[in-house]
Amino acid sequence: MSETPTVAQRPDGSEPGSEGPDAPVPGREPSGPRPDRNQVWRRLRADRAAVAALVVVVLLVLMAVAAPLICALEGQNATTFHNNLIDSATGGVPIGPFGGASGDHWLGVEPGTGRDVLARLVDGAQVSLSVSLGATVVQIALGVLVGLAAGLGTRTVDTVLSRAMDLVIAFPSLVFAVALMAVVPGGFPRPLLLMLVIGILGWGQTARIVRGQVLSLRGLDYVAAARLTGARRHRVARREILPALAGPVITYGVLQLPANVTQEAGLSFLGVGVRPPTPSWGQMLASATDWFQADPSYVLLPAALLFVTVLAFTVLGESVRTALDPRAKSRLRAGIERRRKRPEEAQA
Amino acid sequence: MIRFLLRRTVSTVLVLLAMSAVIYVVFFAAPHDPAVLVCGKGCDGARLAVVRHKLGTDLPVWEQYWQFLHGLVAGRSFDSGTDLTRCAAPCLGYSFQTDQPVLQMVTQRIPVDLSLTVGAMVIWLVLGVGTGLLSALRRGRLAERALTALTLAGMSTPVFLIGLMLVMLFCAYLQWMPFPSFVPFTDDPGQWAANLVLPWLSLALIMSAAYARMTRSSLLETLAEDHIRTNRAYGLSERRIVFGHALRGALVPVVTMLAIDVGQILGGAMLTESVFGFDGLGRLLVNSVNQIDLPVVVGVTLFAGFFIVIANAVADVLYALADPRVSVA
Repeated sequence: MSETPTVAQRPDGSEPGSEGPDAPVPGREPSGPRPDRNQVWRRLRADRAAVAALVVVVLLVLMAVAAPLICALEGQNATTFHNNLIDSATGGVPIGPFGGASGDHWLGVEPGTGRDVLARLVDGAQVSLSVSLGATVVQIALGVLVGLAAGLGTRTVDTVLSRAMDLVIAFPSLVFAVALMAVVPGGFPRPLLLMLVIGILGWGQTARIVRGQVLSLRGLDYVAAARLTGARRHRVARREILPALAGPVITYGVLQLPANVTQEAGLSFLGVGVRPPTPSWGQMLASATDWFQADPSYVLLPAALLFVTVLAFTVLGESVRTALDPRAKSRLRAGIERRRKRPEEAQA
Repeated sequence: MIRFLLRRTVSTVLVLLAMSAVIYVVFFAAPHDPAVLVCGKGCDGARLAVVRHKLGTDLPVWEQYWQFLHGLVAGRSFDSGTDLTRCAAPCLGYSFQTDQPVLQMVTQRIPVDLSLTVGAMVIWLVLGVGTGLLSALRRGRLAERALTALTLAGMSTPVFLIGLMLVMLFCAYLQWMPFPSFVPFTDDPGQWAANLVLPWLSLALIMSAAYARMTRSSLLETLAEDHIRTNRAYGLSERRIVFGHALRGALVPVVTMLAIDVGQILGGAMLTESVFGFDGLGRLLVNSVNQIDLPVVVGVTLFAGFFIVIANAVADVLYALADPRVSVA
């Protein structure tokens, strides 16, 4: 009793051929296997973890967008040194409990420099979110382009591009990211560079998924019908194949986002990410290693933010995947039925 | 099988060639001149030219690359102006910064990453596969939900974050142990393990999450297959079905994943090494990249790539051995 339907490749699990005849009617929405948006929303709303994760993500995005506002409200900025707030006798430990938290500096000041921690955290959120979002967009764009080309191109094109995918996936991406970040001239804007480097090194998996989808979609009746009506190749790609890819690509993109947040933080932690004085969570954590005993709050704040960010995006990604997965519901139901059956089996 | 191995070897060599070529081009395009860094402050034009000639960076990039390849296969000589140094066959050149042979620098660091990998692997396999088994066999119960939440949290934590937290908790706050520093196994096995506990744990906690997920989904899939249904119909006990029949097939993707992960970490665990201050391949790479120490960067990357490609091949072979439906040819 395999739970895997034979049409598993189809993003919405609809019956093959059911949309065949009316698909290529001009002037109408191509009724390819596009996930039903209402259904996806309903499933997501019913998932408590997804709602909680979404709330956290919205709050984080608000924090990043409103970073200048928050700084203005506190009356601080991320780069001003406050030598009067740190104890030079101990090498720069903030004066006062909780990292020197006060009415002026709500979350204290940075040890060694006396810069405002809250301002650096919210500015860091801006860097983290924009870089990871941008990198995800780059990955998806490259992945879809290459995957489409491989799936629809000639055999040679497919072979060459598939090899390229293997290569990109097998590449030690962190190694190359470090190398690339170090050799690009300092004048190049660092956040943009991070975005590009993470994006360019990470499109392989998306391309592989897209290629697989395209290959299975290509053989479907409605695509063949579109081709028979004389549609050119790029039209087939754009109008028939591309919309059907939305589901898997979105799912993979949302799951890729937290990985990119981690990657950015890691590169900044290694000291090749954004350059000071621009703050970033990874960089704060790297500098916090010297202050474990003297100022634990300076370690814990960026650590907690980073963890919550990645966790929220991961949970959201998993929920989106479940909501978009046509098999999820049947699997759930199968599980329930199996559990119900157990007592009867025991009796028998 | 022989054809498979042959094809694998050829593609391994090609991938490594491509990687080293990319690095040469990338670093040649870099705006920093390694000679300036080596020469130091107050270096005039004439001496700079001498240094450039000594480093070989006065040649065009393709000629540098060719010499590098030549050295790798047949050895090469270095002319420092006053004397000739012969570098034997698998020659990776000399560090721009320290003048040490790169091969020696790299092989010196390998024990660190090997120690890291081996210990962490044991822990994450036990933790990950155990958790995965448990959550697959306890579907839909509280234990399963708790385990799912834990694995999600594990997957979401960057490795340096968990490392930092462990060090902070055990070394700075509770002071149960000193801050770790690497002790070679051959010097003192006890100290070796004691100092590696925290790095092992931080690597393993992160990795085990993925293994738990993989084990769980793979086992559930296998348990739904027809041959398991047949076993059930024969009236085999659930335990015999799981451990005698399902597990072997279910662990195939886990073994594949293991081979690849081990390859990755052997080639340098940059973040873990940095958190704990261990001088492994990863830190060597970060440092040499920052100093534009081209021969070292190429050497480390080649080794890292080598481990990964070999691991991929091993994974394929294991896959074929464990699953009779897959053929390697």
